[in-house]
Amino acid sequence: MRVPEHRGPAGDAPVLVAEEEVPPPPPPKGPRAIVWARRRRALQRVWRVYRKNTMGMWGLYILAFFGAVAVFAPLIAAGEGLDPTCPCTGTPYDAPSLRFPFGTDNLGRSVLTLTIWGSRISLMVGFFATLISMLIGSVVGILAGYFGRWSESVLMRLTDWFLVIPFLPLAIVLASVLGRSLLVIIMVIGVTSWPSTARIVRAQVLSVKTRPYVERARALGASHLHLVTRHILPNVGPLIFANTVLTVAIAILSETTLSFLGLGDPLSISWGTILEFAFGAGAAGGGQWWWLMPPGLAIVFVVLAFTMCGFALDEILNPKLRQR
Amino acid sequence: MRGYLLGKVLQALLTLVFVLVFNFLLFRVMPGDPAALLLRGSAAFNPETVEQVREDLGLDQSLPRQFLTYLGDTATLNFGESFFLRGAPVSGVIGDKIWPTVLLVGTSTIASAVIGLIIGIYGGWKRGSAFDVGSLGFTLFVYAMPEFWFGILVLMAFAGGVGIFPSIFPTGGYETPAAGLTGLRHIVDVLNHMVLPFFVLTVAFLGEYAIIMRNSLIDILGDDFIQTARAKGVREKQILWRHAVPNALLPTMTLTLLSIGFVFGGAITIEFVFSWPGLGWLTVQAIDAKDFPLLQGLFLLFSAAVIVASLLADILYMYLDPRVRAA
Repeated sequence: MRVPEHRGPAGDAPVLVAEEEVPPPPPPKGPRAIVWARRRRALQRVWRVYRKNTMGMWGLYILAFFGAVAVFAPLIAAGEGLDPTCPCTGTPYDAPSLRFPFGTDNLGRSVLTLTIWGSRISLMVGFFATLISMLIGSVVGILAGYFGRWSESVLMRLTDWFLVIPFLPLAIVLASVLGRSLLVIIMVIGVTSWPSTARIVRAQVLSVKTRPYVERARALGASHLHLVTRHILPNVGPLIFANTVLTVAIAILSETTLSFLGLGDPLSISWGTILEFAFGAGAAGGGQWWWLMPPGLAIVFVVLAFTMCGFALDEILNPKLRQR
Repeated sequence: MRGYLLGKVLQALLTLVFVLVFNFLLFRVMPGDPAALLLRGSAAFNPETVEQVREDLGLDQSLPRQFLTYLGDTATLNFGESFFLRGAPVSGVIGDKIWPTVLLVGTSTIASAVIGLIIGIYGGWKRGSAFDVGSLGFTLFVYAMPEFWFGILVLMAFAGGVGIFPSIFPTGGYETPAAGLTGLRHIVDVLNHMVLPFFVLTVAFLGEYAIIMRNSLIDILGDDFIQTARAKGVREKQILWRHAVPNALLPTMTLTLLSIGFVFGGAITIEFVFSWPGLGWLTVQAIDAKDFPLLQGLFLLFSAAVIVASLLADILYMYLDPRVRAA
């Protein structure tokens, strides 16, 4: 049986939500199964368009590479290499050689090993900070857009406040009061970077909630919870997703900056803390470019890749851009 | 129009009050005793001194009362004493460092705005040309680069000297220490120290202006009045500079003004890398020394600067854009 395509009014974003409950395997086709079949097809449609986007695909290749490096770090470079007392370390400040392709740091550790292991912390902080930021941003945006009135004015004032306050000084003040740890870094970045998401989500909710099919559902007696989770969320989901990808880039850059300023977790190695150590040990004055280049270039490539993917997704999913 | 202005001023005041409340609560609501937090890691850490500090800070009083004291202190620019500089008043410490920051970040903001806008105008006018694609790629690349990393590389190349790069500029600081230069020679010395951080800051923030100008110009070029001008036979150069650019500049005005607000806090990492003794450098010192009164004072200043700048942007908009005036 061919399920008819369910799309909203013209310009409606294709539905791409995968965050609700897992679909039960459907022997008798219920409404839930129809919905999921439709979503799968929408996803495939987005993927077909995305595949043709050169910029987006290159971003994806770069991310796949760094993702693999982070996941398989223990297999690529032995973890003992991070311990300065390990016999596997070389002489300090060694220029690149066959044994140490990116040279060594002031403790004789291989910069290649540090960079590989640093990818884990940097990417992890990026993802979890983005998760927090997306959660706060979506909840605030949906509540403000859906309920309106006083909750909207209160929430939007809060959002404006976070937008106006300079991000870095706010993060610095928070992080220095809370102390140096990975959890603090994640929380601080997550709590300070949600306002732009909230605004985008609110704008989209405002346009979705006036559409006839939402009104129809309300007339049939749907509860607020049903309307938000079944009708509003699936429609703003794609936009939230495109925004997420761009936020990861910002979160990774923020982690790097905060770590460089000495607010990172001193016990875990990220690309930002490698740069902090290198600069603190005088690598710039000493001309040890091999210590500074690998972590810096890794940041540039990862942030560039996330930005490229985000732009590509935005072009496909953002109804405003598609109409151009 | 008066209502619009009044609304904007009220909004700015409300935001400022938010900042004050946040700054006030930061120490009082956070887990742990603020007095112990202030003394953490210092040699004088024992129950007696903690009690003394609690009394000095007025922490033994009720919360509303503390807030009133705090408001009064802030209004009279009394931000307490810095402990990393052994009891110097915070406002004085900050006042000493404002000038270098304004000099460095102010000039580089103007430079990157002017160059960025010109790049954006040419890119948007010749959309899809090699210049446009090249400048977009450059913008994306610079955006992805932590600006302090770029600063370190420039520092390494031109101050330390690596490979083919000679070391031609001083490695940091504001002036040659103990040289006792005066007059014109002092100015030249300061400028010589400023070259590298100025260059890094200018390049690092070019892209934002270029992108906003480009997109704004492309939007305007699609408008009907441009087509009308073409139909009338207005020369292309005139269309660009007389019709399109002035209109496209509007959205970039906000960005420029906001960046001027960020002047105070925007160069924290760059000032640190080049040991430029401004507010950003001071911030890093305060972080290292866990100097909370100083950090709070800096945070208040950075936020207030941005709030005032965005209010100015709104007011300027009112004068420049008749559509806002009519509303």
